[in-house]
Amino acid sequence: MAYSDKVIDHYENPRNVGSMDKADHSVGTGMVGAPACGDVMKLQIRVNDAGVIEDAKFKTYGCGSAIASSSLLTEWVKGKTLEEAGSIKNTEIAEELALPPVKIHCSVLAEDAIKAAIDDYRKKGGGAAEVAPVDEDSGAA
Amino acid sequence: MTEADGTTVELDLTQNHFELLGLPQRFRIDPGALSQAYRRMQSALHPDRFARAGDQARRLAVQGAAQVNEAYAVLRDDGRRARYLLELQGVAVDEERETAQDPAFLMDQMELREALEAAEQEPRPLEAVERVRADIDARHKALLQTFEQAFGAGDLAAAKAEVLKLRFFERLRQEATALAERLEDRDLP
Repeated sequence: MAYSDKVIDHYENPRNVGSMDKADHSVGTGMVGAPACGDVMKLQIRVNDAGVIEDAKFKTYGCGSAIASSSLLTEWVKGKTLEEAGSIKNTEIAEELALPPVKIHCSVLAEDAIKAAIDDYRKKGGGAAEVAPVDEDSGAA
Repeated sequence: MTEADGTTVELDLTQNHFELLGLPQRFRIDPGALSQAYRRMQSALHPDRFARAGDQARRLAVQGAAQVNEAYAVLRDDGRRARYLLELQGVAVDEERETAQDPAFLMDQMELREALEAAEQEPRPLEAVERVRADIDARHKALLQTFEQAFGAGDLAAAKAEVLKLRFFERLRQEATALAERLEDRDLP
């Protein structure tokens, strides 16, 4: 299978590889795995008081497409608000990287990772100063 | 189906893999009984035995042999056997569409992979890799035991959750093996 030039570029020069302190209140950590291939992805964001993502890091053990998807995503989310970052769709990643159908799940993984990171940040009460989003969970059974 | 020499092979192509090889339908398997059943079926369905049989009998024997091969391949592999058992219970394991999110499990996976990476930098890398590999194998074995218990107790949701973790270990084992081979090559004079 031929990788696109963009996938190869991210694979050979991955952006923002690394780790942040999980315990830091301004950091959100998202971990996801792909049962189909055993890929594991960790994506972390540092959010400032204004609710804007200042920095993003990732660590992915997986194929070129999984590495490229997470690398691209870290570039995209920097400077975005949590809402903007949370609305990135896997299809946008797949399109940008020209992923073939068998590698679409790599982009799904990246989308799930940023969502999980945002969830983690919010659960930790990070950015308590910002207006909390309306919780739609009414608690009704 | 009756062969030229008069012996009869019971062949029902609607049987599942366990039935076909005459083994109990459960996760625990007796490897000796499995390979014995496989050899018995393969010899009973061998094309030489059907050289003078009619076209239809010969075709059926070829089909049967292919099915026996498939049954053997699935049942001898722990992961494939586990997935197959769930399938027989109507539980589809669509790995393409699922993402694993259990943070503790994924953190373990991350750490095992980091441990493998770090092993390469150790003064005695091969021994370090073997230590990590022993850890991976122990966890893999425990995972299969958990599956067996859950499946045996009829808790199919829990059994499926374990199956969805299997590929991560299969992948880790492949990587540990590949790394060990690379290190062995490097140490050659």
